[in-house]
Amino acid sequence: MANVCPYGRFTHAVVRGIPETFGTTLGDGCKNAEASVDLAKAKRQFGCLTGALRQKVGLQLVEIPPDPELPDSWRMEDVAVIQGDTALITRPFRQQRRSEAEAVRRVMSELHLTVVEMGDVEGDTGGATLEGSDVLFTGREFFVGISSHTNRRGAEVLADTFRDFAVSTVPVCGGARLKNICSMGGPDTIIISNSDGAKKTLRMMEQLTDHHYEVLTVPEESAANCVYIKGPAKHDFLLHRPVEECPDSVSAFQKLQDYTLLPTACSEASKLGAVLSSHCLLIDRKHTHF
Amino acid sequence: MTTEAGSETEVKEKPEESPAEPDQSEKPLEETQEVANAKDEEAIEKVKEKDGKEGKGISRFLPTWLKKQKSQSQTSPTKEVPPTEEEDSKVTQEKQEPAPEVNGHAEEEEETEEVKTEQVKEQEAESHSNASADTEPAKEERAEESTEKSPEDSKEATEGEKAEKEDKQVEAERQAEEGQTSIFQSPLRLVRKNKMKLVVCHVTLLDGTEFTCEVEKRAKGQYLFFKVCEHLNLLEKDYFGLSYTDSHEQKCWLDPTKEIKRQIRSNNWQFGFSVKFYPPDPSLLTEDITRYLLCLQLREDVASGRLPCSFVTHALLSSYTLQAEFGDHEPDQARPLDFISQLNIAPSQNKEMEEKILELHKSHKGMTPAQADTQFLENAKKLSMYGVDLHHAKDSEGVDIMLGVCANGLLVYKDRLRVNRFAWPKILKISYKRNNFYIKIRPGETEQFESTVGFKLQNHRSAKRLWKVCVENHSFFRLSAPEPPTKARFLTLGSKFRYSGRTQSQTRMASSLIDRPAPNFERTSSKRISRSLDGAPMISITDASNENGREPHMELHSDSKQQQQPLGASEPGLSQDHDKTQEEVLKHQASISQLKRSFMEAPPPSPPKVNQWENRLTSSPATMRIQQQQVGSVPPTETTTADNTIPDTKEPEKTTEVEIEETIVIQEVSRASKPGPVLVAAVLPAEPPAEGESRECRVRSEEKVAVVEEAQPKRQESISSESESDEEAEYHPNVTVSFCHTQIPEEKEEDEEEEQEKIEKDMRKEEDSSVPDSSEQTKAEEQPREAEPKAERKTSEGVCQADDSVSDPMMTPDKALNGHALPDEAVVTPAEKEEEPKVNGEASVVEAQLCPQVICCSEPPVVKTEMVTISDTFAAQKTEIATKEVPIVHTETKTITYEAAELDGNSDKEPGVLMTAQTITSESLCTTTTTHITKTLKGGLSETRIEKRIVITGDCDIDHDQALAQAIKEAKEQHPDMSVTRVVVHKETELAEEEED
Repeated sequence: MANVCPYGRFTHAVVRGIPETFGTTLGDGCKNAEASVDLAKAKRQFGCLTGALRQKVGLQLVEIPPDPELPDSWRMEDVAVIQGDTALITRPFRQQRRSEAEAVRRVMSELHLTVVEMGDVEGDTGGATLEGSDVLFTGREFFVGISSHTNRRGAEVLADTFRDFAVSTVPVCGGARLKNICSMGGPDTIIISNSDGAKKTLRMMEQLTDHHYEVLTVPEESAANCVYIKGPAKHDFLLHRPVEECPDSVSAFQKLQDYTLLPTACSEASKLGAVLSSHCLLIDRKHTHF
Repeated sequence: MTTEAGSETEVKEKPEESPAEPDQSEKPLEETQEVANAKDEEAIEKVKEKDGKEGKGISRFLPTWLKKQKSQSQTSPTKEVPPTEEEDSKVTQEKQEPAPEVNGHAEEEEETEEVKTEQVKEQEAESHSNASADTEPAKEERAEESTEKSPEDSKEATEGEKAEKEDKQVEAERQAEEGQTSIFQSPLRLVRKNKMKLVVCHVTLLDGTEFTCEVEKRAKGQYLFFKVCEHLNLLEKDYFGLSYTDSHEQKCWLDPTKEIKRQIRSNNWQFGFSVKFYPPDPSLLTEDITRYLLCLQLREDVASGRLPCSFVTHALLSSYTLQAEFGDHEPDQARPLDFISQLNIAPSQNKEMEEKILELHKSHKGMTPAQADTQFLENAKKLSMYGVDLHHAKDSEGVDIMLGVCANGLLVYKDRLRVNRFAWPKILKISYKRNNFYIKIRPGETEQFESTVGFKLQNHRSAKRLWKVCVENHSFFRLSAPEPPTKARFLTLGSKFRYSGRTQSQTRMASSLIDRPAPNFERTSSKRISRSLDGAPMISITDASNENGREPHMELHSDSKQQQQPLGASEPGLSQDHDKTQEEVLKHQASISQLKRSFMEAPPPSPPKVNQWENRLTSSPATMRIQQQQVGSVPPTETTTADNTIPDTKEPEKTTEVEIEETIVIQEVSRASKPGPVLVAAVLPAEPPAEGESRECRVRSEEKVAVVEEAQPKRQESISSESESDEEAEYHPNVTVSFCHTQIPEEKEEDEEEEQEKIEKDMRKEEDSSVPDSSEQTKAEEQPREAEPKAERKTSEGVCQADDSVSDPMMTPDKALNGHALPDEAVVTPAEKEEEPKVNGEASVVEAQLCPQVICCSEPPVVKTEMVTISDTFAAQKTEIATKEVPIVHTETKTITYEAAELDGNSDKEPGVLMTAQTITSESLCTTTTTHITKTLKGGLSETRIEKRIVITGDCDIDHDQALAQAIKEAKEQHPDMSVTRVVVHKETELAEEEED
């Protein structure tokens, strides 16, 4: 239906600021253990990101104030999966993160999205966990990466929520998240890293899909996550990691014809296992029928 | 068989009388012949018509035992034969009380003679072989002349089956002796036949209304389907189909090529008209009416939850429905809301939904119904489950999954999640075995070997249903034409089922030629509202069609065939604007029909047949075994023990070797009395149920000629059904040929059942040496059967007829043959299964499988099926084969195989290439010839193996010997440089019930 349209059309972006507690609580497997994060730098990078979304791409930005109580709350992507007019509030793997949804829920309602709670969808979603960073929506279908944070039951709930679309589950290897190894680079383009695990996942995706996607392979895993947006002016924007962060992959992005490339640093967040897309929820409210 | 055949013929030949006259003319000739055959005729008459006087001419056709009976009965002058009291009574009743019969018995009385003549005709029809046919009629005439009572031969008996249904009295008689049923009955039957037994079919259409029409009881699915399409004024009908609910509450598609009655297996003639193949791009459909019907289907799918969609989508679709049905939203008019609820648009209708629907409806202002439908479809087609046919299954680990068949391939769902997908191009083979469903996957880039994925279905029926759906979907969406003959080979085993309709590309082509003004059709719901927007759509329709590139002016010769029923009149719902355009419409339809025909006839139709055959071969265990046997078979000239009496017990000997040279394996041999050393004929007591006769003669050798004679055209269908019943089947979606079919068709359940069924009638079998003719069976049923092919055939026919009449209620599937053979068993795999002890006390149940080579059962009273395998070096020997006379009362199927020792079993396994398939149909006979050529390289030598299968189907008795001889002769003529190494004759009688689909 109306819901089915080429990927990339967005009008709004919902983000949440970097709290002072950034990096203090383990968000993912690979956090603190590593080098300490630079809070100020993280805030700067966040500012660059939001600035690009608002000023370069032209999205309306909805920024939720940071909450120090929720050190991972800036990972907006995990908390909800939005397609069309429906927002599925997910059930993150870690119990501590589930309260992050409250603010998001409010925003979704304000945007007149139909909010679906994972608990609502089917009786016993007991063990269901789902995080948005394991969900790749291509515009035509969903791929849900079965990872350490997302399980099949969670995927089932998603499938039950977005009934118009095929929902396929794919394995995510190496403890990563699905969106860490791939992302959309255009309406029919999937950007994916060159790692063996990613290749395996890609093969599965190709096996499961009815459609044909162009595949843009990048040598560095960090480069595999980009944010593609077809702005209000119908122009193609691609937020990607800058040369400093993925020197070998930038040339690959040059292949994208007529794209406006927006190098966006994300080094601090990436130390916590996050990626560019982790920061924002993209919403398309223009095509609503309601 | 005969009965069925008769019915068909009758149907075809409504003018009974006219045909009768010719028959009479023929009769004289026949009579002359009869003299010689007098005995036979007599026997036949006796058997069939106890009352009936001796029809000398008939005798030929009739089995020896029949003849004998007649001879005895000859004395019995007019009318019913005393022997069967019941019959007589019945006959008398019939004669006297024609009126009582529902079908217009009254006519019968008056027309008794005519009836007789008709019967004669029928008999003729029955006799597939021309010559034989003639003789039969003569017999009848004689009988008639002598006395009206003169029997209707086997045909009558067969008819009796039908009659049974209709007439209880008749049934009783039949029970006594079907064959014996006097002419009177036959007349009734004939009348009925002529009138065609009509059955009222109730078809639920997509708009929820019910379409009622009458069809012949023997009508094929196609007929009803066309009727419905006519009613709907639908030309692009290939996307649609009729379904029925089987006894297991499962929705099954009605096979258009098979008799309805044999599929539904119940008296519940309820059908549903629905979309069978969802066009991936509905905008490519030519006509709006087609899109409208598709919309109706999708509305139902969505409302029922079969096509899941989101709330928003649901509302959007509903809004288009509103627009299409009610037109623009009018602010002051709140009615649509009411209609929303009426429309049952959503399963979970609620206020919110209604409001959204209304809101969206407003935005569609100005849309014509056709445009709204188009928009509806544009949105619906994007749904991920659009056109996906789900089947419950378990994966290899026993986890519940759903298998979804769609235009692109096979999808695997776990709950709602798609966990795997196999696109058609990736699938090398689709097969099922019992309740297992397998797909063989083309190796991926990184893989070296093809893999096979197996799923467990609930039961074997489910597996088969899934398999069929896959075959059909693949054929429809992926092939340019239904499997071309050459490709047909891929199926080696199991069901011969193939998609018989047009493929999507064909139907697109055909519909591009549709040249008619867009038909008006009434939208059901709007009808209620009395607000019709039909006018508008038409215009748009035409435009659309033009866009599609249809050629407006293509004119085809209208075929008279298409029976267009008055659209308006017949169709309650669609009565609206037919007036004007009716003629045109008709024209167009005709042209389209022609197109279709051309499509169907040329490549498509033939393939299916081929497939059927293949399937049969492959599917029928017996054949399989045979083939195998051939390969390794020993050329034992030893004829298998001439008479092995394999009494009651089925012999499951799995002797791998088969035989030989001249062994005749009879699956069900009651008596093996073949004097001829070479041939061992085992005659099994025919089972009562067996009706019609069907024979398959296969000659394999370098040239394999398979001749299948089916007593009735219907037979073919039955056969096909039989083959389908196989538990296994394979289908190779891709042209690639992999002939490693290790799979052996398993026995069919049905077979077993059939086997079990036995008639209690006494069959006396005379030993081979014993005089066939002389032996008289006290009971009409008892009939000596001759081992000789001809004799057997005749007898069998006669028997069959008798059987049919008698055992109409009990239908033994022809399949029995197949079932008999066990995979393991080597060459000789007669289909014999069991023979129950019959009155004679000797029940010889022989399982072909077990009995390696020659199985001779000498005393089995009832023989359902016979499988005779003769491996001869010379074709000539074949003729020798039938020398025994075995009394067979009920014979359903008989298979005779002649093989040369040299044959390699491999040939069978290899599908080879289908070279030709032709069908020649006359009123009474239908002959189908399928030729497979297999070339194999052995060392440096290339061996060419040609296998021909000839199916002869007819109402009348067929001179099987003649047919066989003819087939062999032709084969030799065609391939002078080749030798005939094997001949398999498979004869089937009609059974009331067919196997599972």
